[in-house]
Amino acid sequence: MNSASTHFVPSRRMGIYEPIHQLPMWGDFKGNNLLDTSSPMMLEIEAKLDNQSEDTSHGTVGPSNKYDQEASKPDDKVLRRLAQNREAARKSRLRKKAYVQQLENCKLRLIQLEEELRRARQQGLHVGGIDTSQLGYSGSINPGIATFEMEYGHWVEEQNRQISDLRNALHSDIGDMELRIFVEGGIRHYLDLFTMKATAASADVFYIMSGLWKTPAERFFLWIGGFRPSELLKVLLPHLEPLSEQQRLDVCNLTQSCQQAEDALSQGMEKLQHILAETIATAQLGERNYLTQIRGAIDKLDALVRFVVQADHLRQETLQQISRILTTRQAARGLLALGEYMKRLRALSSCWSSRPREQP
Amino acid sequence: MEKIVKLASENGILIMSKSSCCLCYAVQMLFQDLGVHPLIYEIDHDPEEKEIEKALVRMGCSGPVPAVFIGGKLVGSTNEVMSLHLSGSLIPLITPYQALSNVK
Repeated sequence: MNSASTHFVPSRRMGIYEPIHQLPMWGDFKGNNLLDTSSPMMLEIEAKLDNQSEDTSHGTVGPSNKYDQEASKPDDKVLRRLAQNREAARKSRLRKKAYVQQLENCKLRLIQLEEELRRARQQGLHVGGIDTSQLGYSGSINPGIATFEMEYGHWVEEQNRQISDLRNALHSDIGDMELRIFVEGGIRHYLDLFTMKATAASADVFYIMSGLWKTPAERFFLWIGGFRPSELLKVLLPHLEPLSEQQRLDVCNLTQSCQQAEDALSQGMEKLQHILAETIATAQLGERNYLTQIRGAIDKLDALVRFVVQADHLRQETLQQISRILTTRQAARGLLALGEYMKRLRALSSCWSSRPREQP
Repeated sequence: MEKIVKLASENGILIMSKSSCCLCYAVQMLFQDLGVHPLIYEIDHDPEEKEIEKALVRMGCSGPVPAVFIGGKLVGSTNEVMSLHLSGSLIPLITPYQALSNVK
């Protein structure tokens, strides 16, 4: 209809880059491209119709005849002018109608998009019952991250269920074989989380590195996108007692190995930060053309994904190693203690965010 | 690949690395922390870099770097090294090389 190019509406709020088709600009509707009105026949037909209506009101003017120009030239001109005016007015009304229609369509589309946005946000709202409005992930919607936030919500719900089941199981007369099933299920649940995180890291590594899906108190303990395995072992140790001498030695060695592995990864991360800073600051700061530096930095960010995956692998190995050292019952107690510890951190975040503010 | 095999057999602990690879640096730091000094071979300074990469992948190294060889045998990449260390199996492997400073 018109030759206007498709307008992309980069909404900062929505971050959805979509051609809201032919967002109408009034300027597009001006000019004669709406209807083909260059045909002389249109004007003649209009003129005839107008003359007939004028017949009834004035009863004097006969049909305009283009061969009868000498006598009625001024009248013809006037009539032609009137017809053209009417035609222009008609075209204008049609253009306005089309413009308003397009606006209405865009409005409907906007409402639809906002609804989708609201729903997507709401998916991430129920994360273990914690108010996530403080999570602050207000960037553009990344489908990979939206999926992760939704899945994490379910993961926490399942986690709470498992903790509850584990507590009941430990207080009952349940045998070791049955308890083993709970333990293996518990460990597998953590492995599921690491799988989810790996996918999300590919979607947005900064999101994972910043621990944005976690509550504030959990984030305080963040190390490369998750908990620090050696710290975890220290938290669990009192709950594993009584331990045999061999077990105590094994746990001690495991803690030390963990710490060494963590230190190595931390040093690698520091080097990555250093290289990234260097890449961005190459040439001179203040130079306007820094796109090369930025592009070079993007490649380095891929390395960050490897680190996140490696850190999760360390967490996974720690969980698997500790479960090998412990008896089934000890492992069950350990998992329960771990789950309750995380739950308390989440509760701390919740209390902290809803505490009454001091009046000045 | 001959070059890799030769390097691995001549050096007790070998890490095939790239100068820009920070994960390689992390593995190097771990070994240093454990009291050994592996040979770090930076393949990006080798004209045959691409061939070496392909060879390492063929040998089963997913990185392809870091690729860790101990006693001439491929141990693996970061995953394998970390798993070995946490299970307590890495130290026995490197003990023969702890007192030496990477001499043949």
